[in-house]
Amino acid sequence: MSRELPLWEVFVRAKNGLSHRHVGSVHAADARMAIEGARDVYTRRLEGVSLWVVPSDAITASDPGEAASLFEPAEDKVYRHPTFYVVPDNIKHI
Amino acid sequence: MYVQEVKTASLGDRPVPVVVEDPARLAAFEARVAADEFVEPKDWMPEAYRKTLIRQISQHAHSEIVGMLPEGNWIGRAPTLRRKAILLAKVQDEAGHGLYLYCAAETLGVSRDQMTQALLAGKAKYSTIFNYPTLTWADMGTIGWLVDGAAIMNQVPLQRTSYGPYARAMVRVCKEESFHQRQGYEAVMVLAAGTPEQKAMAQDALDRWWWPSLMMFGPPDDQSPNSAQSMRWRIKRDTNDELRQKFVDITVPQAEALGLKIPDPDLRWNEEKGGYDFGTPDWDEFFAVVSGEGPMAHERLTARREAWDNGAWVRDAAMAHADKRTARVAA
Repeated sequence: MSRELPLWEVFVRAKNGLSHRHVGSVHAADARMAIEGARDVYTRRLEGVSLWVVPSDAITASDPGEAASLFEPAEDKVYRHPTFYVVPDNIKHI
Repeated sequence: MYVQEVKTASLGDRPVPVVVEDPARLAAFEARVAADEFVEPKDWMPEAYRKTLIRQISQHAHSEIVGMLPEGNWIGRAPTLRRKAILLAKVQDEAGHGLYLYCAAETLGVSRDQMTQALLAGKAKYSTIFNYPTLTWADMGTIGWLVDGAAIMNQVPLQRTSYGPYARAMVRVCKEESFHQRQGYEAVMVLAAGTPEQKAMAQDALDRWWWPSLMMFGPPDDQSPNSAQSMRWRIKRDTNDELRQKFVDITVPQAEALGLKIPDPDLRWNEEKGGYDFGTPDWDEFFAVVSGEGPMAHERLTARREAWDNGAWVRDAAMAHADKRTARVAA
């Protein structure tokens, strides 16, 4: 059997002013074909004005097993939020 | 389009190897799912959950792809340019739905080619509905109205299914499916309000598609062995019989508005339960069609195999071209 066409992750910018957002993936031999495939699969109803395609194997993801050590330390640092600080009501514009 | 997850023969025949899993991890997983949290691709999951999802999502994807065939059959014979453009867009959507779903299944560690090969080898299932022939133009409208209608009924709860990529694919699919159903109903409306011959054609299509549509919700709950586990894992959110009842309740008034008759002598309103009582589909026929005995089963798979084989040189040429360019850049 022939080699499988490589996998690409697809990102769509819904309109200018917004970031590209991950929507799914396509198989394609090269970047040009991946863009064309992504256009047909993910933007049939004006879902976007710009596409990114990235080879799936170029993405490094964080390990869900490390989610606790990566993200939980932020939980006890409420002083990073403005509402942590009590300011009298008569102080305006702060 | 949609397929209920159907147990494949090969899984029933052989003893399934028991994977011993860490009870603490399993309990944590069950708790997360019970709390309606989404499971994402790299998260730990029980092997049985992964396998059930691969089977269900790939069957669902295959159904979308095979589902293009009965409708593609009528693109060249659509009665007007308007209808032709609509049908083309719908069939293209089905291809898109198949691709969203294949890519969701791929996040579980199965490759696209493995899934394609399973379909072409006749090892994978797809919805029984596509093993019935599309004999007249009225079938196009009726499929949109009933088959896509049943699909919506099945797919809406799947937008909250526990596996994130599957749920997200369903959100996209459901948005597009509504167009499929409405264009179908509109096409049947035109026929039902047309000449006596056109109205008869619409009635004939309803007569042929009604029961296969009810079968799309899968076997009765007491004959659906995987349902309980799938409900517990939030892969499924409603039982087959609940969805079938809902479908009948909303579809009967739609048929009445068209002046068409549902082909079920046992159909009557039950005031007490606030829904319709209806007859039992021919489940022997359902199981025969699932195992590949539908009138069109052979033709559907042959068409898919030819498409795959005839496209092989294109895939190979595209890869050879990409390889050549990569080599040139490296040099």
